[in-house]
Amino acid sequence: MDLLLEGIFRRYGYDFRNYARASMERRIRHGMNRLGCRQVTELTRRILYEPPFFQDLIDSFSITVTEMFRDPEVYAFLRTQVVPYLATYPFIKVWHAGCATGEEVYSLAIVLAEEGILERTTIYATDFNETALQTAQEGIYPIDRLKGYGQNYQKSGGRQTLADYYHAEYDSVIMTKSLKKNITFARHNLASDQVFGEMHLIVCRNVMIYFNRTLQERVLTLFDDSLIGNGFLCLGSKESLRFSDLVGKYKELDSHSKVYRKRRD
Amino acid sequence: MLTGYDAIVIGASAGGFAALTEILPRLPAALPQAVVVVQHLHPEGGEYMVESLRQHCVLPVKEAEDKESVLPGVIYVAVAQYHLLIERDRSFSLSVDDKVNYARPSIDVLFESAAVTYGPKLIGVVLSGANADGAAGLAAIKARGGLAIVQDPATAEVSFMPQAALNGTTVDHVLDLAGIGRLLG
Repeated sequence: MDLLLEGIFRRYGYDFRNYARASMERRIRHGMNRLGCRQVTELTRRILYEPPFFQDLIDSFSITVTEMFRDPEVYAFLRTQVVPYLATYPFIKVWHAGCATGEEVYSLAIVLAEEGILERTTIYATDFNETALQTAQEGIYPIDRLKGYGQNYQKSGGRQTLADYYHAEYDSVIMTKSLKKNITFARHNLASDQVFGEMHLIVCRNVMIYFNRTLQERVLTLFDDSLIGNGFLCLGSKESLRFSDLVGKYKELDSHSKVYRKRRD
Repeated sequence: MLTGYDAIVIGASAGGFAALTEILPRLPAALPQAVVVVQHLHPEGGEYMVESLRQHCVLPVKEAEDKESVLPGVIYVAVAQYHLLIERDRSFSLSVDDKVNYARPSIDVLFESAAVTYGPKLIGVVLSGANADGAAGLAAIKARGGLAIVQDPATAEVSFMPQAALNGTTVDHVLDLAGIGRLLG
């Protein structure tokens, strides 16, 4: 397994060496079954010599499933407790790191739109997986999942109905252009890429659970370097700064939503 | 009380909560193993379960947190909506990957990762349930030399899950709840 991950890093530059190993092993085994490889050595050989095969594997083990307004109370908290501060800035920059297929990016854009600050906000939505990022950019989702999303939206304190933000066609929906206008989708790998701007809010949910402590610390440092003083950091409901050296630099605003505010230096 | 083992992983589904309430209070303060429980439940139900078990158990009961070390003498409960895995360095990690056997947390996901980490020093227990989750995981534990315990299906509120586990591997002990409690406690 070490050899495989080392090989992927050297050949393709994707660094999975500091991913939490148990999940990684599951995903690789899953990928092996799907692609018909019986041994890790066979998988390693094919990955190193067949780039399309590698892309296929990457897709199978890095697309995480998410939903709109996942954990609605988090969006309610952002809406009522974070947005009023963001609204005091003339221009607002938000980084949604590890946005996967984009459902949560659109959720955040809806909150900002309803609170009247989307127009002066740029949301940078990044992921290292191009296939996922393309789905996010297209903003097209299967219609059968929308019912649950609508319920989440209402629980999150939505002011309208979710249907105001998409057009339905056959069995899919496409998110409205007005939401996309202020979102910039870009490739960024948290394991290897650097800071690219000063942010007022960083959202990174259910991404760091896949990393080991070394990589978690790297990513949190990257976020810390990107956040302005008094900036906000929103992690997944089961993630925290507790094990990080940076814990003292942040104030936990809500232990349930895992929203932190950086102290002014 | 069994010696020579470092962890006990327990999987329970329909009817499993009552079963856990029967077994876990019998575990003594000096238990040399960490206890890790996956109970399939309603998406909102996790905190109630921890609270309720805490009132009945001698051992401390808590939700398993990402990156937390797995310590002996503690009962850890998997949180709702996340898979729970045990890493080689004996710490927990969570995942929001797809459901396995229609479940997240999935018993197989916990058992299989724990089997890799603990090898022959692991005890796996499958209790009442209406799902085949846990069968593959228990087989993985046996394959790495661990000990397999299954609730006697005849005594389970829902026999499907323990029966599936029995069909999936050679089990060391098939017992009723009192028997499992005595063996582990």
